[in-house]
Amino acid sequence: MGVENIILRDAVMRSIRAFFYDQGFVEVETPVRLKTPCMELHIDAEPSGDHFLRTSPELFHKQLLAAGHKQIFEIGKCFRRGEFGPLHNPEYTMLEWYRTHADYMDMLADIQALISGVSKYRNLGSDDWKILTVSEAFLEYAGWDPVGHYNEDRFDMDLVEKVEPALKQFPGPVVLIDYPIEVAALARHKPSHPLVAERWELYLCGVEIANAYSELTDPIEQRRRFEACAGQRRRLGKEVYPIDEAFLQSLEKMPPAGGVALGVDRLLMLLAGADSLDAVLSFR
Amino acid sequence: MYSASDLKKGLKIEIDGDPCMITNFEFSKPGKGQALYRCKIKNLISGNTFDKTYRSSEKINRCSLMSYDFTFSYIDGENYVFSNNETYEEALLGIDLIGDLKNFIVDDMSVEILFHNDRALEITLPNFVEMEIAATEPGARGDTATNVMKPASLANGYEINVPIFINEGDVIRIDTRTGTYADRVSKR
Repeated sequence: MGVENIILRDAVMRSIRAFFYDQGFVEVETPVRLKTPCMELHIDAEPSGDHFLRTSPELFHKQLLAAGHKQIFEIGKCFRRGEFGPLHNPEYTMLEWYRTHADYMDMLADIQALISGVSKYRNLGSDDWKILTVSEAFLEYAGWDPVGHYNEDRFDMDLVEKVEPALKQFPGPVVLIDYPIEVAALARHKPSHPLVAERWELYLCGVEIANAYSELTDPIEQRRRFEACAGQRRRLGKEVYPIDEAFLQSLEKMPPAGGVALGVDRLLMLLAGADSLDAVLSFR
Repeated sequence: MYSASDLKKGLKIEIDGDPCMITNFEFSKPGKGQALYRCKIKNLISGNTFDKTYRSSEKINRCSLMSYDFTFSYIDGENYVFSNNETYEEALLGIDLIGDLKNFIVDDMSVEILFHNDRALEITLPNFVEMEIAATEPGARGDTATNVMKPASLANGYEINVPIFINEGDVIRIDTRTGTYADRVSKR
């Protein structure tokens, strides 16, 4: 790792923190070791004694929102077992932030301002945003609409082989928005369209950088999704994590909110003009 | 069988009975989706390159490649015949497989042949071979500069650039990997 990229990381982290401090966000710290990692079909947690290392701080942040905090952010290490490649590292730095009484479109405005701010380190074409619905992108590049006709295997394969490569042609940031409800994860459905989840993903230079939701605040629906996910994990022979009851209980008091998770190392990689995390991770 | 997480650049696998090599490999995991392993793969028989994406649940056939030492015997029409140093079994290699290396195969040369099951895939010659210059313009007497080159040809017609001081009848060493002049072995 070059000296200039250590300096770059320091500068970008200062910019990111200033961006949130200036708007009155509270910087929070939440546990790295936990008993109940967030249950997602394809995300595996690293065991740590009788605990797990967090795959995301999401469930703690929502409990803080339920407890009355309105704008919070955290920058910290997260861990995902078995993920290694030019764009993956099993230990990586995540930036996560939430606003209450906001939805995924408010969060889109946030990320546009944030990316525009860090573009002083390298121009990522941030004055030329392209917003594409998942339906539009799949119809254009893969020839089918996954909304209403969702097929997990076909969706993942076409996303990786057809859609994501096509996103590289755009000069600026691309946002894929309005995902099929089957891949909503922790997002609520769109009030006007029950088959669509209020979720977006930001791609910079064809690389997935951030994921956002209008957060699901319905504890009954959230429990149903966790249980469905547990069943799928069990069928795939994957470890099934216990359901976080404290989190589900807090959802009853959680106001509507929007949230974003952003992969800091990938953003740094692009700002360094590199195509592998090797350029920005020391000791990899 | 390999599982998808064993895949890496340079690994040899078998697809539809053909030996193949992974020439490029990328771990990919879109959004909340499954882990996918995007590969560029070269078919070692046809030489064709293609893209293939494996899911983490997929199994991939191993490829058994073995190489053996052979000695060149003779040419039979379009085939070069070699005999196995241990078993004396003969192997016939077509000119299409040998390619330009045919210019550097000499009597009793020891070679290595790579097989997939019973099919020869690749022949490797010794890195250097000694050959006699059949024709070249005479060089200026006393000129021993090695950086000035001129065309020359071998008895089999192979054209090669040699230093200006090389003459007809000289024996030179040729690097079989590049087909270029290495040094002079003896003067006529």
